[in-house]
This record gives sequence, structure tokens and C-alpha cells, in this order.
Amino acid sequence: MHLAYPAVLSALLFCTGLYGVLARRNAILVLMSVELMLNAVNLNLVAFDVWLSRTAEETLHSGQALTLFTIAIAAAEIGIGLAIVLAVYRNRGTSDIDKLRDTAEGHEPDGPDSDATGRETPVPRTAGEKAEATA
Amino acid sequence: MTTTTLAVLVPLLPFLGALAGLLLGRTVPGLVRPLAVLPTLASLALAATVAWRQGGGQAVDTATELTPTGSVPIELALYIDGFAALTAVLVTVVAACVQIYSTGYLRDDPRYPSYAALVSLFTSAMLLVVYSGDLMVLLVGWEVMGICSYFLVGHYWETPEARAASLKAFLVTKLGDVPFLIGLFALATDAGSFRVTRILAAVANGGIEHPTLIALLLLAGVAGKSAQFPLHTWLPDAMAGPTPVSALIHAATMVAAGVYFIARLLPLFEASQAAMTVLAVMAAVTMTGSALAALAQDDIKRVLAYSTIGQLGYMTGALAVADRGAAVFHLLSHGAFKALLFLAAGVIIHAAGTNSLATMSRMGHLRDRVPDAYWTMTVALLALAAIPPFSGFFSKEAVLGAAEHVVTGHTGHAPAAAGWIVLLAGLVTALLTAAYAMRLWLLAFRGYGAEAPDHGRQPLTMTTVLWVLAVPSLALGGLAFRVLPDWFDGHDLTPTPTTSVLGTGVALVGGIITYATWRHTTAHAAARVPLGAVAAHPEGDAGLVEAEAIATHEPAYGDIAYAPDPSDPGRLLLGPLHRPAAAGFHLDALYTALFVRPVRAGASLVRFLDREVVDTYVRGAGTLPRWLGAAVRRAQTGNLQTYVSVLLAGTVVLAVAAVLVATGA
Repeated sequence: MHLAYPAVLSALLFCTGLYGVLARRNAILVLMSVELMLNAVNLNLVAFDVWLSRTAEETLHSGQALTLFTIAIAAAEIGIGLAIVLAVYRNRGTSDIDKLRDTAEGHEPDGPDSDATGRETPVPRTAGEKAEATA
Repeated sequence: MTTTTLAVLVPLLPFLGALAGLLLGRTVPGLVRPLAVLPTLASLALAATVAWRQGGGQAVDTATELTPTGSVPIELALYIDGFAALTAVLVTVVAACVQIYSTGYLRDDPRYPSYAALVSLFTSAMLLVVYSGDLMVLLVGWEVMGICSYFLVGHYWETPEARAASLKAFLVTKLGDVPFLIGLFALATDAGSFRVTRILAAVANGGIEHPTLIALLLLAGVAGKSAQFPLHTWLPDAMAGPTPVSALIHAATMVAAGVYFIARLLPLFEASQAAMTVLAVMAAVTMTGSALAALAQDDIKRVLAYSTIGQLGYMTGALAVADRGAAVFHLLSHGAFKALLFLAAGVIIHAAGTNSLATMSRMGHLRDRVPDAYWTMTVALLALAAIPPFSGFFSKEAVLGAAEHVVTGHTGHAPAAAGWIVLLAGLVTALLTAAYAMRLWLLAFRGYGAEAPDHGRQPLTMTTVLWVLAVPSLALGGLAFRVLPDWFDGHDLTPTPTTSVLGTGVALVGGIITYATWRHTTAHAAARVPLGAVAAHPEGDAGLVEAEAIATHEPAYGDIAYAPDPSDPGRLLLGPLHRPAAAGFHLDALYTALFVRPVRAGASLVRFLDREVVDTYVRGAGTLPRWLGAAVRRAQTGNLQTYVSVLLAGTVVLAVAAVLVATGA
């Protein structure tokens, strides 16, 4: 099989993932897009490893070994990522990435962990937000 | 033990006593009094032994160098000649008397432990000054005395007078100490050593290049410490301290340190005619001005303070005519009778409940309440007024005789002009001294009116000391004037007939005129207005009574030094001069206008420059970064996807740039 096929496929996969990361609003879909990008890389690693091993006298198949690493790390990453998304969803009632703008300039800190430090500047909260926090 | 060991122990014992007193004062209150009195008594015994062994013979001169300093060496040196030995005996005698007196005077004072420790520390520093043969070591003692004086003047720090007085005493003496330090450095640079002996040898060889400059710089420090015009203004205010402190520090010893210092280095001053003339003018202005001011003071302690300034003027006058024997002789006798005057004044203030002479003159039978103070103070006032055969007569005649020697050209050490200045000012001051001594005695002991309050007898510790000091006040001069020349330079100290007759004559005239004026003013009994500023707790210990008396004087009379008393003989004698004399010739106001106000104006100018000018630049420099920061912060929208998009765009740009560079396009 010519190297172009997997390379093009992986480029398409990567672009799809990149589009998903940049454009999707749902945090879970963003995570899935990240997986797509990782897998595009994995595909490239495997393909180029095979292509290189044809010409080399002897090889360690480091591309394939690295792929295994990537898969393991991707698994851990998706676990943590999904856990965070779940926690955010439980806290706020939404996992919409456009609404998670706590780091914006001029945004007052809120959330359960800021209560301990931010007592001297109490943030007026709406009843809806409190309901979300307890949900 | 060798004389050197004994001499080292003399300043060391009070120092150790002070340390122990400070450390144990709170935990073991029973030890405070022994720790205050015993080291001082022991060092009195040692100082007397040192003086006896030294005997006016060859000076004890030893030194050890602790560590090389790289340039001019600083050595722990002792230089004990006759002057040092006798001055140390005087210091320890007065210090021992004052420590014993203080146990009675401040018996209920809660701050007595720190007070006694500071007095011990002061004694030690003064003895260091007296014995030291190295000017840097002398300076250490000199400054320790200054800080002890500051703390002790401020002993009653609850009263604003005491706080202000302690600061004033410290700052004014420091004003003199800065030129003094520069003068010491200049002297050491020229002489190559801080040792007194080497400096005197350099002076004798003509090795000092700028004697006038150095002498004048040193003179500034001496004027500050010895309360000479124009730096004398701190001493009358320093009377806000407890009376024993005034007796020890501000009459008998510390203020004499300046005189003693010049006496040590007199050949250096003699090398400059200008310095001797300045010294003579300074002495003359100091003695006449302070005697006039003393005649107008209402506070008994301020009378004595101005009198101290005047007697120190006699000593500097004696130095200006190059007779240090006479100067130190007067230092010794003055130390004895002035300490006695102050301690007796403390007893009187305690008994009368007031420090105001105007109020005392309205108390009958005050002298019967304090017979010890009455008799001893009479002796001391006669000594002060230089009436023969009291000790003040012999020492003052020694000064006047030395001035007369210079006038008649018997010595080439001092300019004749200095002799004339000192002689004339000395005679005028002798008249005024007798006048204010008489006035003090009449107002304090010859008052009539309501009976003086009776608090029973004064503590024995306070009255015994008075009699101990009365002995030298009475007899020191007459016994010592033949012996002392062996200890000193060998100058004859016997009174010369001319000056004796003149001096005693003017003193008698001053006394008689004051007495006549007093008879005249008190005859107008109808004009006597009731006056009163009496302590609120006359049954308390003497220190408390005195603090209250000082605090009530200004509310009662409107001024700390002045009382509107028409029956005061000083008012009639001085005439229109009375008001300015009571205010110390408004020198304080002059200094306020000349120095304090410009300094304050300068301070507010600097404040303005700092706050309004310098800070404006700093704030301006901060403005631009702040605006830039605000602009950059706008990019922080909080949307992660925007961040990642920008990151991607940046990566693409960098990658393209890298490719372009790599291909060499």
C-alpha cells in the first residue's frame, strides 16, 4: 500500500478533529475531536514506521511503540477529561464550552472553591446559579 | 594590686553595678539599693587609693592595643596625672552621695531600679572620661554620659516638660559633638595618634598644622557638654529631671567634663591665640549672662542651673588664661558645693511642696522644717558667693589671680586681651553671684506668711549626705590651695591680695544691695499677692513632690521660669532686664526663629518635593504600562476555542516562516 493513502487519511482525520475542537460547543464532542486528532497522529506514526522499516537494515519499530504510548495516554486523558466534564455539568447544568468563561478578564470568581478565599468580596448570585450549584 | 589594676577597676565597678541592676532590678528588688550604692562606694575607695598612690607625682601612663585598626591606632590607655586622680575622687564622692541620697529621694518610685542603674552607668562613663588616655575611648565615655543624661532628664516622662527637656539636652549637646568628632579626627590625623601623651608631644614639637581650626572644632563640643554660650540653653531645661540627677550630672560632673577635656589638652589650645581669645569671650558672655538670668529665675533649681553655667564660665575663663590648675581647682570645689546646693534644694522642694521661690517666700518657718538643708545650704551659698574662708573663695580667687597674672604680663601663654576679658567679667559675675545667692537664701529661708507644711523629718539618707558634702564646701579650698600645686602644674594657687580684696568686696556689695532691696520690697507688705503652686501629694516621696511641683509651675504662673512676684528683689535690681533675663534673654526664641523654623520649613519643602514632584514622575512612568496591560487584557475572553484558534494561527505562521527560512526563500 502506498504511503499516500494513510497519510491523506490521517490528514483528513486531523482536520476533522481540529475543526471539531475549534467549532463544537459541547465539551464531550470537543474531547472526541481531540481523540480523532490523536488517532490521526497514531495512524501517521504506524504508517511511517512501516515505510521506514522497509528501507532500514534493522529497526526498533519505535513508531509503533510510541503509538502504544499515545493510546495509553489518550485513554488516561479521556478518563480525566470526561470526569471534569461530568463535574462541570453537575455543577453548572451545562457542558457548553462557550459558557465556561471563568478565566475571562473582569470575570468575578465563583464556584465552590472560591468561597473560602473570596469572602471579603462577596459575589451577588442569582437564585438560578445557586440551584445549579446544589443540583 | 598595682595602681593600674585599681584604676581599671574604678570605672569598671559602677559599670558592672549598672549591668547587674538592669538585669536583676525587676526580679530581685531587694538587691537594687545595694547594687546602686556599694559599687559606687567601692570605686570611691579605689579612686582615693589611686589618688593617694599617684600622689601628684609621675603620671600613670599605660596602654594596650586590642586590635590594629589599620590607620591611627585606638588603644585602651590610662593616663592618670594629678588632675585625673583628684577629679575621679570628686566624681566618686558626689556619685556616692547622690546614690545614697536617691535611695531616700526616690524611695517609692517604680522606676528606681532603672534610674539607679543609669546613674551607675553614668558614673562609670564619667570615670572613663577622667582616666582615659586615648581620645577615642574618652569619646565613648563622653557619649555614654550624653545618653544617660537624656534618659535621666526624661525620668518623669509623664510630664511634657521632661520629655521636651530630654530631647533638647540630647540634640543641643549632639550639635556640639559633631564638630567635636571632626576635630578629634583632624587632631589625630595631624598627631598620628589618639593618645593624649603623643598629642601633647606633637603639640610641643609643633607637629599640629591647624591648631586654630582643631581647637575651635573641639571647643564646640566642649561648649555643648559644659553648657557654655551659645550652646548652654539645654541646661536650665534639664532641671526637669530629678534633683539628684541635676546634682550629679548637670552640676558636679558631666558638665565639668568639657572643662576637664580642655584642661587635658590645654597646650593644644595655647598654640592658638585665636582659640584662647574665643574661649575668653565665650567664658565672659556665659558668666555674666547666666548670672543675670539666675537673678530673675523663680524655680529654685533653675537659679542653680544658671549658677552652674556661670561657675563653668569661671572654669573656662581660667583655661582661657592658661591656668588649668585654677580651672580644675574651681571644678573640684564647685563640684562639692554645687552638688550640696542641689541636694539641699531637693530637700527644700520636698518640704515646701513647691519649686517656686515666690511661693517659698510666702511660707513662714520653712528653715525650721529643714534645719539640715538650711545650715548646709547657707554654707554652700557662701562658698558660691566666694566669701572667705569657704572653699569657693579660694578657687575663684585662683581664677581671678590667674587672669590678673595674664593682664600684668607675667605669662606668655595667653593673650593679654583674654586676661582683661576674664578679669572684668569675673568681677562683674562675682557681684551678681553674691546677689543671686543672697536672693535665693532670703526668698527660701526668710519668707513669712502662712506656716510651711510639716511632713516630719526628712529621711536620714538625704540629710546625712548634706553634712558630708558641707565639709569640703567649707574647708576644701582653705586646706587645699597650698597642697594642690604639687598635684597640678605647680602654678601657685594662693589668693593674690588685689583680686581677693576686689572679689570679696564686690561680692559683699552684691549681697548687701540685695539684702537692702529685699527689705525694701518686703516692706510693701500690702503689695504682696498670694501666689501658689504647691504639689498635690505633699506626703509622697520627694521625687513625686518634685515632679508635681514642676508640672504645676507653668499652669500657676504662665511660665516655667517666671513668676509675677512684686516682692522679688531680683525684679527691682534688674529693672527692665528682669523679663528677658527670666526667659534666658530669649535665646530659645532666637534659636527657634533662626534654626528650628528654617529646618521645619526645609522639611516641609522636602516633603512637598517628594510627594508632589518625585512621585508624579513615578506615577507617570507607571501609566503607560498600565494602559498597555488593559489593552492586552481585552483579549482574555474566556473562550477556550478562541485561544486554541489563535494558537493554531500562530503555529501556522511560525511553520511557514520556518519553511521559508529553511528553503532560503
